[in-house]
Amino acid sequence: MKQLVFTIRSNEPLNDQNHLLKVAPSDNTPLPLMLPGQFVQILVENAPHTFLRRPISINNHDPEKNEIWLLVQVVGEGTRKICEMKCGDQLNMLLPLGNSFTIPSAPGHFLLVGGGVGTAPMHFLGKILKENGFTCDFLLGGASEMNILQRSEFEQIGTLYCTTEDGSLGEKGFVTHHSLLQNKVYDFIYSCGPKPMMVAVARYAKERGIGCEVSLENLMACGFGACLCCVEKTTRGNVCACTEGPVFDINELRWLD
Amino acid sequence: MTLRNPVMTASGTFGYGTEYTDFMELGRIGGVFVKGTTLEPRQGNDYPRMAETPSGMLNAVGLQNKGVDYFVEQIYPVIKEYDTHMIVNVSGSTVEDYVACSERLAALEKIPAIELNISCPNVKEGGMAFGTSCVSAAQVTKAVRKVYPGTLIVKLSPNVTDIAEIARYVEAEGADAVSLVNTFLGMAIDAESRRPKLSTITGGLSGPCIKPIALRMVWQVYHAVSIPVIGMGGICSWQDAIEFILAGATAIQVGTCNFVDPSVSVKIVEGIDSYLQRHQIDSVNDLVGAMETL
Repeated sequence: MKQLVFTIRSNEPLNDQNHLLKVAPSDNTPLPLMLPGQFVQILVENAPHTFLRRPISINNHDPEKNEIWLLVQVVGEGTRKICEMKCGDQLNMLLPLGNSFTIPSAPGHFLLVGGGVGTAPMHFLGKILKENGFTCDFLLGGASEMNILQRSEFEQIGTLYCTTEDGSLGEKGFVTHHSLLQNKVYDFIYSCGPKPMMVAVARYAKERGIGCEVSLENLMACGFGACLCCVEKTTRGNVCACTEGPVFDINELRWLD
Repeated sequence: MTLRNPVMTASGTFGYGTEYTDFMELGRIGGVFVKGTTLEPRQGNDYPRMAETPSGMLNAVGLQNKGVDYFVEQIYPVIKEYDTHMIVNVSGSTVEDYVACSERLAALEKIPAIELNISCPNVKEGGMAFGTSCVSAAQVTKAVRKVYPGTLIVKLSPNVTDIAEIARYVEAEGADAVSLVNTFLGMAIDAESRRPKLSTITGGLSGPCIKPIALRMVWQVYHAVSIPVIGMGGICSWQDAIEFILAGATAIQVGTCNFVDPSVSVKIVEGIDSYLQRHQIDSVNDLVGAMETL
């Protein structure tokens, strides 16, 4: 883990709520190894009601450009300030934080399910899976077409399937209603998104005996295991989602008990 | 007990120090108060345990820790190598718990002091209950004093009518120092869902929002007791630290701000050093209680 100052190289609005920030260390320090599922903690400056850092998952790490991508959804004052930042502005970040998704050891069929801004780490994971020679399918869900972000990036990595609640893109409904899940058998499923979605994905996987990892977004203060605020109940007791997670095997969680 | 500098880190905000070694050198600060340790393991409270507030946060962790045996066997061998004072915060539900836990810690050569936490607002039994009455604060201090020969610090609750009176009682029972303040009891409600933001409804408020009240309490206690006062409550900068020292703190603890800037304690050490140079003051001790009244 490091505390580094980054310069914003670009800040692109993807829709009215989400921005894609590409950032690089201001002093050109080579970025440490970063793994899919890991996150950063961003210091928000000049925001009087925002005291704590904002945890944001890593959307992509480009070692050649020494750059990382952050997909930020405007939720409150803190994330709004981050999204308002301009090219050349600086961000103080702690990184890389947390554990990571498990990279498979054998070939198979892999499904990456993302909902809302939870699609962000699915992009980085898909890229790493592809680099390791695995093919994967993406199943992304959102309220409407405009909420399915980075479609062209996902399509470069694997096959993209979508659901929208209003039917404006892909199949209408939630991700767990997609016909793909009835027609194709997967060896492992990864998921990140709203908790009800991840619980439904976890239930689908568990019922079929499919391995599944989910990435949690528990509220946290520090992000590195000191405050003990982001705990998740697991088979090992209360553990910090920031250090023992954010990625958990669904069999460790108590969601389906 | 002599500190290399007056800057330490507060229990519950600094883990066992280990969590911070990527971000700073522990050898730069005066000491680390490790997380609240109890006789038996505790799972803590249910999630959600945290709510951000303007200039601060509420927490309801509830003393999650693996118990004193685990501390002695697994944590101590690691942290005894750290180049700073490692002080253990001790909590319990009964006086007997405090005594038994303190006895275990007394046997550890590299733990020079304990901090009796009679002020945790997030546990149903014990904790703050001991710190909100003079009699029970005195009772637990007296009982631990009998079995603990090292430096005994008592951490006071601000959730009282007269914190100075509690301080006098624990001083009378042999406390070597008092540390204050622990968190203020507070709460937050989500307006949309009408639900409390913490699983326990109420929790402990910390961060810069409590600093003026904490500072006032340090000043009151400084004038009430002869033992050293360790001040804390929202310290985020060297200026904050100097304010606490001028109000009467011999040393200070940095708490919640560690979450925002994990190297802030070192920055405070550096800031105090340059302040002393700039004002041509030989020792920070010369500033303790040196507020000049109008």
